[in-house]
Amino acid sequence: MTILEFTSVVAIVSFVAGLLGSLTGLGGGVVLVPLLTILFHVDIRYAIGASLVSVIATSSGAAAAYVKEGFSNIRIGMFLEIATTFGALMGAFLATRIPTSALAIIFGAVLIYSAYLSRKPRPLDQRNLPPDPLATRLRMNGSFPDLEGPRSYNVQHVPTGFSLMFGAGALSGLLGIGSGAVKVLAMDQAMRIPFKVSTTTSNFMIGVTAAASAGIYLSRGYVDPGLAMPVMLGVLGGSLLGSRILVKAETKSLRLVFSVVILVLGLQMLYKGFWGKI
Amino acid sequence: MPTGEAPAPRPQQPQPQMWDDHRIEVILGNLLRSGVLLSAAVVFLGACVYLSHHGHESADYRIFRGEPSEFRTIAGVIHSAVHGRGRGLIQLGLLLLIATPIARVAFSIVGFGIERDRMYVAFTLIVLAILLFSLLGSGLGV
Repeated sequence: MTILEFTSVVAIVSFVAGLLGSLTGLGGGVVLVPLLTILFHVDIRYAIGASLVSVIATSSGAAAAYVKEGFSNIRIGMFLEIATTFGALMGAFLATRIPTSALAIIFGAVLIYSAYLSRKPRPLDQRNLPPDPLATRLRMNGSFPDLEGPRSYNVQHVPTGFSLMFGAGALSGLLGIGSGAVKVLAMDQAMRIPFKVSTTTSNFMIGVTAAASAGIYLSRGYVDPGLAMPVMLGVLGGSLLGSRILVKAETKSLRLVFSVVILVLGLQMLYKGFWGKI
Repeated sequence: MPTGEAPAPRPQQPQPQMWDDHRIEVILGNLLRSGVLLSAAVVFLGACVYLSHHGHESADYRIFRGEPSEFRTIAGVIHSAVHGRGRGLIQLGLLLLIATPIARVAFSIVGFGIERDRMYVAFTLIVLAILLFSLLGSGLGV
């Protein structure tokens, strides 16, 4: 394959991944690394470097649209970013030291877990929770515009959420993904942040988290311009288009299809990792 | 709703602090989007140069070699981009992209400072320190 052909095909695949990731809310980054390694036989380290860059692009590109809705909470975001950026730093250092087969196995496990999580119904937002002393001292409680006017919420279990976010950051740095699955665990389930607030806040955090490991990847020579270019432009274009047509599209069946894709890719990554095919 | 004006009175008054936060966020959100669009434009320009020169060579990413130093350090990338090399321009665009969320964190310090929220100024400084360490302490700045 010539560079021109390779670039075009990778750009198209990345565009579709970005579009589906944005429409389903599952993120496009998580399928990019397995697609690049399985379909295009790209070394997993180059794939992770390119994916990481595209994660920053989608997160920052979508931020302006999210912000206007007024759901995100910058205090929760900034506080948890201490955990995610530190975790990302650890993850990026670890990534250069562990064998690629181990990377593939961890990646496979994360994909399968993401597929499982995407089929599980979201826990219902619990209303009128009592204020938690630590969250109150950290000024995390807030309100957001809901259908019946502003709705206030009280954040719970800050230490648990903070520790889980360290793990989310480490996975992001290790695998070059946004690790939305772990963020759901930390923010929705542990800290009991309303769904709309947690989604928009975590979108903000994903870019900052990825930036923390991107510097290390770039300086280690894991970011190849020829590969990162079509991936970044494709994913960015796809996700921007996705955020525009989000309201009209029928996302339920799309979500099912996409989670099956994620599951299959996860099994493939496990297979490749265990049988040393990577 | 225009963000510069006071919110209309409502039966349940939203906390004024949240509205200040929201205004800061709108500014930061636009900053992020401009940064991304700028970096995408630079990457695209680099892509045109790169593909016009190397488009017909064969692509191979099967074996990991690591990038040469001109694509691994800030000085090397700028040097390569200034000389009009396609891959140097792409890498410069990617550096701009990485810098965008870092700029957002830096501006948040100003936002929290205006609100006189010392605790969050401190938290934001910690995040910025980690980011700068990653970018400059890992050998990229050399």
